[in-house]
Amino acid sequence: MKNEFQVIADLIEKDKKVLDVGCADGTLMKFLKDNKNINIRGLEISKEKVQECIAKGLTVIEGNAEKDLKQFPDKSFDYVVLSQTLQAFLNPELVLDELLRVGKKAIVTIPNFGYWKVRFHLLFKGTMPITKTLPDEWYNTPNLHMCTIKDFFHFVKSKDIKIFKSLALNNLNSSIINQSNLGVKNLFADLGIFLIEK
Amino acid sequence: MNTEKNIKTLIIKKPLKLDCGKTIKDFPIAYETYGSLNSKKDNAILIFHALTGDQFVTGINPVTNKEGWWSYAVGPDKAIDTNKYFVICSNVIGGCMGSYGPSHKDPDQKIFGTNFPVITINDMVNAQYNLLDHFGIDKLFSITGGSMGGMQVLQFISNFPDKSKTVIPIATTSSHSAQNIAFNELGRQAITADSNWKDGNYTSNDTNPGKGLAVARMAAHITYLSKKGLQEKFGRKLQEREDLKFGFDADFQIESYLRYQGSVFVDRFDANSYLYITRAMDYFDLAKQFNGNLSEAFVNTNAKFFIISFTSDWLYPTQENKDIVIALNSIGADVGFVEIESDKGHDSFLLDVPDFLSALKNFLDKSYEEN
Repeated sequence: MKNEFQVIADLIEKDKKVLDVGCADGTLMKFLKDNKNINIRGLEISKEKVQECIAKGLTVIEGNAEKDLKQFPDKSFDYVVLSQTLQAFLNPELVLDELLRVGKKAIVTIPNFGYWKVRFHLLFKGTMPITKTLPDEWYNTPNLHMCTIKDFFHFVKSKDIKIFKSLALNNLNSSIINQSNLGVKNLFADLGIFLIEK
Repeated sequence: MNTEKNIKTLIIKKPLKLDCGKTIKDFPIAYETYGSLNSKKDNAILIFHALTGDQFVTGINPVTNKEGWWSYAVGPDKAIDTNKYFVICSNVIGGCMGSYGPSHKDPDQKIFGTNFPVITINDMVNAQYNLLDHFGIDKLFSITGGSMGGMQVLQFISNFPDKSKTVIPIATTSSHSAQNIAFNELGRQAITADSNWKDGNYTSNDTNPGKGLAVARMAAHITYLSKKGLQEKFGRKLQEREDLKFGFDADFQIESYLRYQGSVFVDRFDANSYLYITRAMDYFDLAKQFNGNLSEAFVNTNAKFFIISFTSDWLYPTQENKDIVIALNSIGADVGFVEIESDKGHDSFLLDVPDFLSALKNFLDKSYEEN
């Protein structure tokens, strides 16, 4: 399991009710169910991935977060998880609002476009950056709204969303992000993980 | 039609008050079982059949000598694995494979015909509930069924919220749509317009409204398929001829196919049963039973739901299945949902659609492991 999922799992207490939005093949769901006794549900747009989740015995709904989150009542989950998908929605702001309506708290991770490798790639190669977390070419990437850790940090602040914890992840190392080290973390982390609440 | 030796029958002594106000008692329910009930009695699956189905789910149907209607899904090592699970299926009341229906005799020994009480999906499941007592099953492992079978699944868990661990409605709806009522009405009109129908008293008049029933079946059969499926299978191919004949014989293969479907159906199905069962489907509106709030139908159950629809099903389209998912999510129920890619139309649930069968198998087997 990738390190990102371990960090997410560490943010969630045992026995909680969790919705994994864009749960893919259910790796994180299965981990949470087996290791933390989490009452876990998934929402996934790909039929193939839904089938993989069913084969793992996971409860998954085939659907699109931009349309299908609205069917869940307010604060019906302790946590809603969105891993590296926010940038792929047509309207990320709307999805973020929905995550925070449905979940008492939300855990959102974003691939950091401010990561030094991304900046170097664009600066020296002059082509769209391709990294481990951004593996696609410009013409086939699902990402529509790339942002940096700094962008997201300012964005949630401007929306009066409370940040409980923000973590910078670089390979295996995670570290706390705060107002004073934001510039440095924005340069050296390839992933940002935010535990937020509204 | 209902005296065959191969039909197992349970006589329900307990009076059953029907939605129409009448009460029936001492009535037969014909059923079949597959696999064996384990000692803990926790491996039973109750399957509900669709409009023209019956209790003979798999293997050779002893009455028609044809494969059971859900042979692709049910049997040893299949999606509903009879090596593992004890499968029960019964003929709905109003039907014509041994359960109490319009071809039965009333207390005065006169064949009911249209004097049989109008029954509903609710009546059907209340009658079938008696099977649990008969087998001494406190809680089923699962209930499942497609189309009208799915309606019974929804009604059953609403009526008996703690009687099944898992619930699998397939290609169904919580409320019969205007379009579906319209198609059913077309079928009923075809039957009653046949002069041999004789106001439903064809048996005593020694006639049979076979033409009307065949037309009803032909029309319905089109709704079970998809445009793409029909086009790929038949296109404009001609039936055993080089060119058009400039007449009204079956020039096209699709015409011949439909005529065949109509004619074989007449051999195995009762026209009055067709009227009664389609009426039960039309009357089905689960939300209405709860003042328009479908979620209320499921508030008392902790069962795990898994809902399945098919991309090319235009009779019970994905959205109608999703409405059930939405109702369940809004009360925080445990519900999974998948739409299976298939161009075989509504009939997909009866056919060899590997993605469907594997989803069904995985859901059942994984849920059973967690038992």
